[in-house]
Amino acid sequence: MADYVVSVGMEVHAELLTQSKMFCRCKVAFGGMPNTRVCPVCIGLPGTLPVPNRAAVEMVLKTALALNCTIAIDSVFHRKNYFYPDLPKGYQVSQYGDTNPIGYDGYLEIPTPEGGTKKIKIRRVHLEEDTGKLMHLPGGGSGVDYNRAGVPLMEIVTEFPPDIESPDDAREYLVQLRSLLVYLGVTDGKMAEGSVRCEPNISIREKGSTQYGTKTELKNLNSFRAVQLGVAFEAKRQAEVLESGGTVRQETRGWNEATESSFLMRTKESEQDYRYFPCPDLIPMHFSEEQIERVRSTIPELPLAKLQRYRADYALSDYDAGLLVADRDWAMFFEEALELGGEAKAICNWMNGDFAKMLNESGQGAMAGGKSHPERKTSLVRPEHLVDLAKLVSDATINGKMAKEIFAEVFDTGKMPSQIVEEKGLRQVTDTGAIASAVAEVLASNGSQVEAYRGGKESLIGFFVGQVMKKTQGRANPQLVQDELKKQLSGD
Amino acid sequence: MSISLDEVRHVAHLARLELDEIELASFQTKLNALLGHFEDIAGVDVSGVQPKPHAVSLVNILADDVVIEGLEREQALLNSAETKAGLFIVPTIIEE
Repeated sequence: MADYVVSVGMEVHAELLTQSKMFCRCKVAFGGMPNTRVCPVCIGLPGTLPVPNRAAVEMVLKTALALNCTIAIDSVFHRKNYFYPDLPKGYQVSQYGDTNPIGYDGYLEIPTPEGGTKKIKIRRVHLEEDTGKLMHLPGGGSGVDYNRAGVPLMEIVTEFPPDIESPDDAREYLVQLRSLLVYLGVTDGKMAEGSVRCEPNISIREKGSTQYGTKTELKNLNSFRAVQLGVAFEAKRQAEVLESGGTVRQETRGWNEATESSFLMRTKESEQDYRYFPCPDLIPMHFSEEQIERVRSTIPELPLAKLQRYRADYALSDYDAGLLVADRDWAMFFEEALELGGEAKAICNWMNGDFAKMLNESGQGAMAGGKSHPERKTSLVRPEHLVDLAKLVSDATINGKMAKEIFAEVFDTGKMPSQIVEEKGLRQVTDTGAIASAVAEVLASNGSQVEAYRGGKESLIGFFVGQVMKKTQGRANPQLVQDELKKQLSGD
Repeated sequence: MSISLDEVRHVAHLARLELDEIELASFQTKLNALLGHFEDIAGVDVSGVQPKPHAVSLVNILADDVVIEGLEREQALLNSAETKAGLFIVPTIIEE
């Protein structure tokens, strides 16, 4: 089989986190009874006049700036004409042209496995409206729900020739882009609900060739994993087509999550003719330097920069830093704990360890920025709990095992760890006299094991530590116990 | 600038208009007359005139992001030829 390389262009759509729709003031929400969030503008009644949502425009501007784009000084809306009842007007309002979208010629940096970064060039970031939903009815005909029609939608398209050259790149691009959008606060990022949707264009060519192959577009990718598997599957499928002497056809294919394979949706024989033209109902947007700088100043530290800072400043591993940064609110929780004097590595270990595990098991979510979790029951654990707990461990008031038990109680009750220590008298035994007598008692009642140890079976040290810990109800300082055991066993 | 019969046919298809051969020829004549007017316009000397993004000299007519209650569902569906379970009913369309 010839050696093929894959090229992927990515189209990502994100529903913007506005209160109201793009061109009318109907409420934006997920689900609900059909056609309960509609008005004369979004159901396309004659004589209505659309007015763009200022918040949506600024969200796209903010995203374009975060993606290092050039900002169009004057940007207009176009009508994309097509006949399909998912939009009732007979057209979708979108933005056409190379230098007309709010942002163009930008890039997103993604981390590479080697620890560096790679630039993925962005062709355009534009604003349009989402479509309604069609349900094909079993008895014939289709039912249309326009609740989603006119919801602000941002489209982000990568540059050609594509910089994305593997299934891993494709996945990483989407991970980073989605994370960035969530950090910017412009989308909730929920892929399963369709808030962020990704449609890769995939082609292959023989290694060394400069001629790009025919591309296929893949739809229905609802997770990062689906994007990675989908791109890999298409690359392999196309290679098999070429190897068997066939030609790849330009077509739209759907992804089947269950069978992990793609299926033909429709063949694109000719490029659709959408007859784009500037929408006369909508007045152009003009961005002043002042507005651009004001919006730029609202961009927070972005995920990749945060990841690199966590690695450099706190000596966290890629893996640990990645877990903290993956969710904006999780990172905020971490930083709040640090502001309160928490030690980074210890806080990180609690967060990515027991805390994350218990949140998952209980279906709870952590608070952040003084706010409760947006979707789940909010955990009682606040940053100050972890700071307190980590301090109790670092100053040897309690040992690691006790800390785990105390954390479980903190999780259930929301009590401060130091309060639990006080109430239960859980202080670690660091009194060397008390430890020495406990050790002596254990050795006296386990004569045969002592003999075996002295005869060379040194692995028995664990057994002795366990016995001493048992005797002290788990409160002895394990290091002191070890030291004392070794001292007494060495024959004093 | 002129339009061929095939182009008329294509434009008619895009607009989902079913035209017979006589109508196609008639529209070709009419559209060519229209294009003639555009040639007149194209002939105007506009050197030194800045292009405008819109015929109206306004920019940034935007609305605040505040929800305003829309239509009751019954009102919204009032003009639909057919409705079912709160949905507009349309003929099934297979995307081309």
